[in-house]
Amino acid sequence: MADSPFWVIWPGNAALSALVWFVIAMPFLYAARAPVHGLLLAIGQLAGGPLRLAARWLLASAREMRTRNRAVLLAQGSEETGERIAREFERVAALVKRDLEAYPALQRRLLDEITRVEEDYRQCGEVPPPPPEWVEAVAAVAKIKPNGNELVQRLLEEINVSIKAIHEKNLSEYRRAYQSRHKILDGFMPFWRSLEKTLARAEGKMTNLAERAAAIDAQMEKFEKIAKKTDEAEHALAVSALTQFFIATLVLAVAAGGALVNFKLIALPMSEMVGAGDYLTASLRTSEVAALVIIFVEATMGLFLMETLRITHLFPRIHSLGEQMRKRMMWIAFVLLLALAGIEAALALMRDMLIADKQALLQSLAATQAVATEGWLSGIPTAGQMLLGFILPFALAFVAIPLESFINSARTVGGGAAVMLTRALAVALRFAGYVIRHLARVLITVYDILIVLPLLVERLVKNGRAAGKPRATGFEAGERS
Amino acid sequence: MRRRAFIVSLPLLGLAAATGCADPRGHAHAVYLLVDTSGTYAEEIGKAQLIVNYLLGSLQPGDSLAVARVRSRSFSEKDIIAKATFDNRPSQANAQKRVMKTQVEAFTSSARGSVNTDITGGLIQGAEFLNETGAGKKTILIFSDMQEELDKATVRSFPIDLKDIRVVAVNVVKLKTDNIDPRRYLGRLEDWHKRVKAAGAREWRVINDIEHLDALLKS
Repeated sequence: MADSPFWVIWPGNAALSALVWFVIAMPFLYAARAPVHGLLLAIGQLAGGPLRLAARWLLASAREMRTRNRAVLLAQGSEETGERIAREFERVAALVKRDLEAYPALQRRLLDEITRVEEDYRQCGEVPPPPPEWVEAVAAVAKIKPNGNELVQRLLEEINVSIKAIHEKNLSEYRRAYQSRHKILDGFMPFWRSLEKTLARAEGKMTNLAERAAAIDAQMEKFEKIAKKTDEAEHALAVSALTQFFIATLVLAVAAGGALVNFKLIALPMSEMVGAGDYLTASLRTSEVAALVIIFVEATMGLFLMETLRITHLFPRIHSLGEQMRKRMMWIAFVLLLALAGIEAALALMRDMLIADKQALLQSLAATQAVATEGWLSGIPTAGQMLLGFILPFALAFVAIPLESFINSARTVGGGAAVMLTRALAVALRFAGYVIRHLARVLITVYDILIVLPLLVERLVKNGRAAGKPRATGFEAGERS
Repeated sequence: MRRRAFIVSLPLLGLAAATGCADPRGHAHAVYLLVDTSGTYAEEIGKAQLIVNYLLGSLQPGDSLAVARVRSRSFSEKDIIAKATFDNRPSQANAQKRVMKTQVEAFTSSARGSVNTDITGGLIQGAEFLNETGAGKKTILIFSDMQEELDKATVRSFPIDLKDIRVVAVNVVKLKTDNIDPRRYLGRLEDWHKRVKAAGAREWRVINDIEHLDALLKS
């Protein structure tokens, strides 16, 4: 009895008590209908309005971010394409300088060879001198018919012998002339071959030039699209940035693995240099920090080396340096990197020695003695560690390239992701606002359902009053509806 | 000029704070091993060598280790057989460990039994040594049957200070009388537990199986 809540009228029958309370409260609920409706609507507006406003603001921000991203992306693409075009022109210039600089000499050589060939050709065209005039006389004599005169007979025979001799002589001269022409023609061959080779070389150079020109055309086309700020160019640049981002991330992950191996190689021997018992924080040993610092210094030197070699473009100040200063800086970075690689190789050796010493101590402390492994095989890990210690700093130097790609593409990818996130948030807020506003309407309906009895009574009363009054015209009824 | 000096001093201050704020000995572990050489327990001394070997293999550069014997009166530096704070350089620390191993081997091969057993004196001496090392973690290992026997002239019935020190009793063998009435053994350990806790020790533990020495240094 004492345990029943204060509102329970009939102990043990809470439902009936609640029903009675509800019936009692119903007139009051009916009386408060209009203010409650107003309150619910106000709450719906109060909660939904700011959400809608926030959603609009987020959408506007997303639009602004997208515009800015687009501008940055196109600017980056324009700069990148401009650089590529400039590089193509540099290549063309180098090609022209290398190949076409010697073009006058090539042309002179070609002309010489052609002249020579023409001269030879002309000489080949020379025919043996025509037969002397007396050949016609001989022909006339040959027409004389033998009439039995011995003198004539002998004369003809003499003429015959002379003519044969002359014929033989002419024939041999003719053959000699042809032999000499053949010799000239034989001499043609090397010139023809040389001519052919020279022309082929010239053609090859021209083809290279044409290929470079085609590449420039393609880049120019891309540049024009970017300059016109077309959607196609933006899409292509965004896809390219996304691809670059993933590739760079993958390569950086691989480099991080390399750095971890490097760290493992030098962390133990660094304790020999800076002490193994010193801690910087609760769990961070000084030797580990020192090893990390060395790795970071190596990466930084590699970065500077790549910058001074103009492979990466992360520091504009380095690129604006004079040529001499740039070269000095490059050599300094290289020498420091080399020194650090040497130090790492030495540390790797020390690591092996420390491990061997520790192993020997543990074996001497153990009850059973381990079998010693001597020989050249035991030297392989040592040599491997030293080699790894020397190579890894140089390998880490190349991290600068994917790092630059990562930084450049991260702006685009991050910007795109931020736009998407902002839009998603805006949609979520808008949806929440919509739900809250409609929830207020639903609650109003539920409230009316709860007080359905007084509402029915109200309707009946209204209908009764309406029945006592004259019927409304169709126009009025339409207006009411 | 001042501005430049300030800018230069900032990283140096940061470095000094980073190195100075961290206690260099805070991570060090100091261990004091008391080896009972009295009566029949002297026969167990071979096992003490195993414990020392385990400690030498487990302690790191920068840690400290002392091995002392428990005799009729043990509150004396003369009872410390070997002690060392291992160098921060691993190679030097290994050399120190080798020397220490040799010293302990020499002791175990030539140890003679004492008439009485002054464990309390050894504890006071051990606490003094550990506090002087300034190590972050301090442990006293008692290799004994925990049966204290004092002569009439020796006074040990006063409160001792073992604040922040772990006390581990190792290889607490049962005496003949314990076998007759095990309550004596359990009571003896309980008394030591109370006394050590009353002295402010961080932990009291008994390890009888020396095959599981890995619990020696773990709190």
